[in-house]
Amino acid sequence: MILINYFARYREQLGSGGEKIVHNTSIRTVDDVRNLLIERGGAWKEVLGEASLMCALNQELCKLDAPIEDFDEIAFFPQVTGG
Amino acid sequence: MVSVQVQTEAFSIDELTRRLHDEDNTTGAVVTFVGYVRDINLGKNVSSMFLEHYPGMTERSLQNIVDHAKQRWPLKRVKIVHRVGPLKAGDPIVFVGVASGHRQASFEACSFLMDVLKTRAPFWKREDNQSGSQWVDGRESDQVAAQRWGITEA
Repeated sequence: MILINYFARYREQLGSGGEKIVHNTSIRTVDDVRNLLIERGGAWKEVLGEASLMCALNQELCKLDAPIEDFDEIAFFPQVTGG
Repeated sequence: MVSVQVQTEAFSIDELTRRLHDEDNTTGAVVTFVGYVRDINLGKNVSSMFLEHYPGMTERSLQNIVDHAKQRWPLKRVKIVHRVGPLKAGDPIVFVGVASGHRQASFEACSFLMDVLKTRAPFWKREDNQSGSQWVDGRESDQVAAQRWGITEA
């Protein structure tokens, strides 16, 4: 299973703070997960298709092409606004 | 000294500043920054702010940024304290403090820490007022500021 977290505006727009999905060999990168979710259409397509989307893998910022493995934790979120 | 703290409670600017030198007589320079919640609505539509964060990743991200700064400049003590949760206009949100032998390292590192924190640490601000809530958007100027240090995407 891959754990996926959504934060801030994404969580509100998607109506979910997170979920688990079954990992399989066709899911190789963070972008593969993103595309899988985009296929749901609607808000998923709109939100996760944003150009300013940021992502993290196992609690570290990553690029969309970051390779993932089973039991990894991923997060998708809007541009950060701390400080 | 624990370099990084994420907390809901208010912090003492004086105490945090004092501890950066605190009897380390090899420290010749201390530079600090405090970020505050601005009153965007000028009192008309009383607003408050909520700081969301990614528990676990937040501390790790800030520590990462501190480690980067320590590799890049000859620093002594470094401290970042960032508040999360509900805040009001005028509340301090973040404290960044740096100590070094001489001032150039502290000035530059303090600036670096803030510029990178603004673009990479997982916090999100939401403004709440009587008409509703609005998530704050990231600023182009913050991206530009971070880029001048040579920090690229992830």
